[in-house]
Amino acid sequence: MSSEEFTQHISKQFNADLEEVRSHILAMGGMVEKQVVDAVQALVEGDSGMASEVISNEKQVNGMERRIDEECTRIIALRQPAASDLRLLVAATKANTDLERIGDEANKIAKMAIRLSEDGAIPRGYIEIRHIGNHVNAMLRQSLDAFARFDVQQAVDVVREDKSVDVEYESAMRLLVTFMMEDPRYIKRALNVMWSLRALERIGDHARNIAEQVIFLVKGKDIRHLPLSSLDDSDLVNNGEGV
Amino acid sequence: MTELNSDVIEGKKTMTAAEDAKKVEMRRKAVNMDLVPNKLEDEEICMEAKDFRLYYGEKRALHNINMVIPKKRVTAFIGPSGCGKSTLLRSFNRMNDLVDICRTEGEILFDNNNIFHRTVDVTDLRRRVGMVFQKPNPFPKSIYENVAYGLRIQGINKKRVLDERVEWALKGAALWEEVKDRLHENALGMSGGQQQRLVIARTIAVEPEVLLLDEPCSALDPISTLKVEELIHELKDRYTIVIVTHNMQQAARVSDYTAFMYLGDLIEYKDTDTLFTNPSQKQTEDYITGRYG
Repeated sequence: MSSEEFTQHISKQFNADLEEVRSHILAMGGMVEKQVVDAVQALVEGDSGMASEVISNEKQVNGMERRIDEECTRIIALRQPAASDLRLLVAATKANTDLERIGDEANKIAKMAIRLSEDGAIPRGYIEIRHIGNHVNAMLRQSLDAFARFDVQQAVDVVREDKSVDVEYESAMRLLVTFMMEDPRYIKRALNVMWSLRALERIGDHARNIAEQVIFLVKGKDIRHLPLSSLDDSDLVNNGEGV
Repeated sequence: MTELNSDVIEGKKTMTAAEDAKKVEMRRKAVNMDLVPNKLEDEEICMEAKDFRLYYGEKRALHNINMVIPKKRVTAFIGPSGCGKSTLLRSFNRMNDLVDICRTEGEILFDNNNIFHRTVDVTDLRRRVGMVFQKPNPFPKSIYENVAYGLRIQGINKKRVLDERVEWALKGAALWEEVKDRLHENALGMSGGQQQRLVIARTIAVEPEVLLLDEPCSALDPISTLKVEELIHELKDRYTIVIVTHNMQQAARVSDYTAFMYLGDLIEYKDTDTLFTNPSQKQTEDYITGRYG
């Protein structure tokens, strides 16, 4: 199945409706991606102006979520979609929720950025934030690319990638815990950095969820809550099978 | 997910392939819960077409159909006009015998006997495999006589027995409450939806084993359609039902198994849930999602 197939319905209006949902998801994805990049930058650079901007943009993301859900509901009610059309709408609805949550996490990071810029920076944790931030952002971009192109291979890569983000997150946590024990004066600020790291790790999880939805959308296989080895399923990536 | 990741973080040893496979299986089971789709292989077989081919004159209308009709389940045939679904349905009780230029090859088994064998009594076959058509076709008689008709042919003439069976059949067709006070009025005065349910009552009165429904709702309004669908749902405890429908949502709602046919071929045949959410053939996908074929 490829993304072009959504333009081959006998009903042109149906084509247009599905295409609209798809492009709105991608638009929202772009918006959320920028929110994450900006929030991380605001935090690392102590830029409270940028952080406030992220917080005020959050409203748009929320509005987008409602709009996409409304579109999906309307299409389901009017068209009774089946097979890949139905999977597209289900996947879009779920990806929509994940994107909105990513927006929430970006919002949290922005709030931490404001606190940290008020309380003053700390000598540890920023490199990790930047590093994990870049990592989850790449994952998010990849999962959206996979959604745009119906690319299962890329989606599988994102699902696998999430694990290494979790490993990085754990090691950053250990680092910060050690740091707090060494110098308790920094505990309050270090906690803010920790919450931000936590938010980034959650963004990785959401990106993974979106990638899982892409796999469901293209292959009709639900791989959620299964061990990673289930990704080795040969017909998952092999494009010869399935429609 | 957290559980998964903690395995790595805490540095647990990698599992052996066998352990891993077992774990995958366990998780799958736990995750899938009761949503495992029905499998045709597990069903008791009621009828079975084997290399069944059908010709109208020179034209081959059905190519090598191989399929089983599971017992006490609803099987739906879908496909575009002219794909052979009605032809196949009619073959199950040899309705096509009435078409002069029609010729068949291969066999259809019912209780392991080929229904095309020369010793088969067609009247008896049609009693056991009843059929309801697209347009309701009640006889121009009273409601009561319509239902009693088949029974009288069978030689049942005792009024008490007839009364009982007529009531039973009308109840079975969810029509009793609406007509019990006017059983002796002409059936042609009923609404289309009532007529169709009357025809179903007439069919089940002779207690067939299989009900063949050829687009039973295409001439009905949405409410009557829902009543017939509800009826199908109730009847499937007792009968094997095969339904041809142009309405795919209807097939999705009422059937356990769905067969998609195209140009005389059986393209895909599997449990309805899978067929409508994740068909494996592109032709099926294009048809059920309304794409250009």
